[in-house]
Amino acid sequence: MQSDNSHLSTSPRQGTVHLEKSGTTLCLHFTGHWTIGSDFPVFTDIKDLFPESFCIPSTWNSLEVNTEALQDWDSRFLIILRDIQGYTTLKGIPFSDTGLPSGVQRLLILASSSPDTNKVREYTDTPSFFAIVGGKTLHLLEDCQGLFTFTGAITLSYLRLFTGKAQFLKSDFLYFLEECGPSALPIVSLIAVLIGVILAFVGAVQLQLFGAEIYIANLVALGMTREMGAMMAAIIMGGRTGAAFAAQLGTMQVNEEIDALQTMGIDPIDFLVLPRLSSLLIMMPLLALWADLIGIAGGFLMALTLDISMVEYYNQTINSVNLRHFGVGLFKAVIFGYLIAFSGCLRGMQCGRSASAVGTAATSAVVTAIVFIVVSDAVITVIFNILKI
Amino acid sequence: MTTAALITVTNLTMAYGSFVLQRELNFTVHQGDIFVIMGDSGCGKSTLLRHMIGLKAPTAGSVHFHDTDFWAVSDQERNQIMRRCGILYQSGALFSSMTLAENIALPLSQHTTLATAEINDIVSMKLALVGLAGFDHFYPSEISGGMKKRAGLARAIALDPEILFFDEPSAGLDPISSRLLDELILELRDSLGATVVVVTHELASIFAIGSNSIFLDADSRTMIAHGPPQTMLATTSSAKVKQFLTRGGSFH
Ligand SMILES: Nc1ncnc2c1ncn2[C@@H]1O[C@H](COP(=O)(O)OP(=O)(O)OP(=O)(O)O)[C@@H](O)[C@H]1O
Ligand SMILES: [Mg+2]
Repeated sequence: MQSDNSHLSTSPRQGTVHLEKSGTTLCLHFTGHWTIGSDFPVFTDIKDLFPESFCIPSTWNSLEVNTEALQDWDSRFLIILRDIQGYTTLKGIPFSDTGLPSGVQRLLILASSSPDTNKVREYTDTPSFFAIVGGKTLHLLEDCQGLFTFTGAITLSYLRLFTGKAQFLKSDFLYFLEECGPSALPIVSLIAVLIGVILAFVGAVQLQLFGAEIYIANLVALGMTREMGAMMAAIIMGGRTGAAFAAQLGTMQVNEEIDALQTMGIDPIDFLVLPRLSSLLIMMPLLALWADLIGIAGGFLMALTLDISMVEYYNQTINSVNLRHFGVGLFKAVIFGYLIAFSGCLRGMQCGRSASAVGTAATSAVVTAIVFIVVSDAVITVIFNILKI
Repeated sequence: MTTAALITVTNLTMAYGSFVLQRELNFTVHQGDIFVIMGDSGCGKSTLLRHMIGLKAPTAGSVHFHDTDFWAVSDQERNQIMRRCGILYQSGALFSSMTLAENIALPLSQHTTLATAEINDIVSMKLALVGLAGFDHFYPSEISGGMKKRAGLARAIALDPEILFFDEPSAGLDPISSRLLDELILELRDSLGATVVVVTHELASIFAIGSNSIFLDADSRTMIAHGPPQTMLATTSSAKVKQFLTRGGSFH
């Protein structure tokens, strides 16, 4: 054996099988290695070994197995045997497992004991088109109902807060204030400055045609204050904080922590949603204001490369914006802040009880937030336009 | 034995959507009982606990706490009742963003007017009771699974509840710790006068502490045995219950 080893290791180990007939009994002889990583015939090849008369009822009394020359086996061998067993049962020939190693016998019995169909949840087969449409519609309605219920719950919770009945931890609130404000400053600054540069650049290409480069200042200042400052801050916070809220609450849901709060007589909305929502409501306008200023600075950097003097740009900017424009942007920022925290917390609270549900909740929170932000921005812009603000 | 009824479950049907877990459950938990809920994995034991705590509304039937129907009263009243319950969740359910001490202090600071120093005293006492003295400032992620169970227990008994619910308290504990936990449960029952409802698979615990029990069956989707564990074993006609209680014949 030892001397053979070097020779064996280069070629894969082999498993073979042959069929013997004696009287009305068939016997499969397995030899060699039937394991993962060895070579042996597949089930269809073994099936071909059986004589044609195999299909004729009561020609053969039983199918036996001989494994005296079998060296080792694992689950692949089991699979082959299960297939053979299934095939012979189908053909009405009794399969005798007495020749198998006792381990294989036991595993085969385990594997073939059919799962209790009672316990497995009944799934209907593919639903019809109308069932799908109906199902989706109902789901949509449920989703909308969820939105309204949650809005109501938040309103009640704020009422409790103002009457001094809501409870949450001050430390939580401070933590979220920091998380939604200072911690987000670097990324908000970076994006805002780039947006300022981009606005200025796009404007410059067009305005240069008319020799009106100086109006870049108006474009950047108005664009940042009315739209882009709040919008970009919101998109960043939606991806950053909204997703984080959903994941935090979702994990708490999985971990039964929300149940635990509830059974302690603490309202999860008060305890978890209020601090998150409030801190974002406070921080979003501040972030948007910061983004406005940084964006204008970005536009200014771009303008410098176009030979616009610093003073000129400054004057043009000051003349083009007033407090009202900032007000519009900040108003939007508050709305966006609410929507981000709302979607994050809503999806977190709705989260199922598994790890993948947490991922879904985070994704869904970001998508919901961005949809809400863009839709509400459009609505607000139209309304302000009508009101001439 | 025949003390006042604390929780009465009548004709309870539990379902998730259209998926019915159990139907026609009828039983009563009496004051001072250690009530054991048994059954195969996935038959709805944890869900039954959620119904008994008032976290989930019955699909049909009712759950009464003393004489109040959980779902016929306002949210406030239900909250009031929940406060009198201590619950140890299957997963521990410690707040992961708080230390053990803060976890245990939370119900105390929310529902009592105790000073911080007093709360701290109670917290360290409860931690000591479950053998976790000195772990006040650890976060749940920094302790082992069995320790989380015990910390969850410390939080459950923070408010000296009238009734304690345990969802598989000894799962993941070594035999010695799980015996200590059993003794602790008995001790709590006797010293606090608490009633205990416990979901467990531990035969040793079931026979050592259980004073009444039910057996939920996943196949027939209802309870198939009811009574003190010893009596249940002696009188049941169901092979499944017998097997469960004797670990398929190998437990004596
Ligand atoms: N939120 C849910 N939505 C839908 N089905 C659920 C939900 N929670 C649990 N189930 C289903 O209900 C059944 C019972 O769950 P439950 O957690 O009550 O079982 P259990 O008896 O406590 O089991 P174990 O002993 O394993 O803890 C399971 O089949 C599970 O799939
Ligand atoms: Mg359970």
